[in-house]
Amino acid sequence: MDAAPPFDGALAARIEQVLADVPDPEIPAVSVLDLGIVRGLAVENGQTVVSITPTYTGCPATLVIERSIRNALDQAGLNNIALKRVLSPPWSTDMISDAGREKLRAYGISPPPFGADARSLRGNDAVACPRCGSLHTHEVSRFGSTPCKALWQCDNCKEPFDSFKCH
Amino acid sequence: MMSKTLFNYLQALGDDSLILAQRLCEWSGKAPTIEVDLTLSNIALDLIGQVQLFLGYAGEVEGEGRDADRLAYHRAAEAFRNCLLVEQPNGDFAQTMARQLLFSTYCELLFDALCASSDQRIAEIAAKAVKEVRYHAEVAADWTLRLGDGTEESHTRMQDGLDWFWRFEDELFAVGEGESGLVAQGIAADKTGLRAEYDHRIDAVLAPAGLERGETSWPLGGGRDGKHSEHLSPLLAEMQVLPRAHPDARW
Repeated sequence: MDAAPPFDGALAARIEQVLADVPDPEIPAVSVLDLGIVRGLAVENGQTVVSITPTYTGCPATLVIERSIRNALDQAGLNNIALKRVLSPPWSTDMISDAGREKLRAYGISPPPFGADARSLRGNDAVACPRCGSLHTHEVSRFGSTPCKALWQCDNCKEPFDSFKCH
Repeated sequence: MMSKTLFNYLQALGDDSLILAQRLCEWSGKAPTIEVDLTLSNIALDLIGQVQLFLGYAGEVEGEGRDADRLAYHRAAEAFRNCLLVEQPNGDFAQTMARQLLFSTYCELLFDALCASSDQRIAEIAAKAVKEVRYHAEVAADWTLRLGDGTEESHTRMQDGLDWFWRFEDELFAVGEGESGLVAQGIAADKTGLRAEYDHRIDAVLAPAGLERGETSWPLGGGRDGKHSEHLSPLLAEMQVLPRAHPDARW
């Protein structure tokens, strides 16, 4: 007999399809897959497990996200799939997909630059205005509408906008 | 006893964040500007997230069925292990930022060191939390510079704020009873080894801000052993009143 069951590729694709439609509660333009919150899919002791990770330790959306994923899986008839919360390796904005970055920009949020592991990015990066693309922008507030965003304003088109912080 | 010292160590880590978060939230709704209001509340939110992880783990280590909420809301002041620095009153905005600068700078170094803890849980929490604390330290450094290098009034207030807190620095780096055993096992970080870098970082913020490091003639400590200042009990009274009045309440 096989020691471990073979990984079910069709099931994995189905789960991915379900997760691709679960929006982030605070930024509904992107899915939990786009944000890189879904850490992976594994079979542990015969049980298929989806691992998810919080963005910030205190992110109030974490619980809502877990419930949304649970509901979406249940509604797709995947109630036998388990959810597990993992911390390591810590989530970083580098895990946001290219598609997710484009969706953020289209939604009016400047996506974070790559290189979250750099010790300090202070003052190095001009943030591009998500509306007109100008790099002539300035920071208004270190924190915006949520802990993961800062508030910026474009000096060209004058629009205020959220910038996803490099984390 | 191993688990008892680890339990105390985890409580100290969690309680520092918990008490500071409670203090910062006192600014919610009345900070100088809405941006500052958001900043202080969001920093507090990060800290509460860290509390959940540290006190949650502490409860597991203790093994008596207490979770993070139980520890936060149903312990008396003498059971809290936080340092005296974080329980001090906010004072004016400059004094709050002075406390924030000292604590965040210390905490960033501590969490960086704890990423290498031989206790995998602690290492994972530290790796997650240090990124948040790094940002807090930047925010505090920015405000220290802005106020110190601002008007005569803001400079005086920033210097006064810092001068109030120097006496609480030594406690941050003191190795508590039983903690040296955890250090020897690689579980706890050797805080004495972090002091030089801490002093270097603080000085690097003070110099361009035109601020000066004061003398500490009377360093204070005792928080890690549950000996607190008179400011902790009123803070806990406010924080704990609702869960103590309705211990079985659920969201």
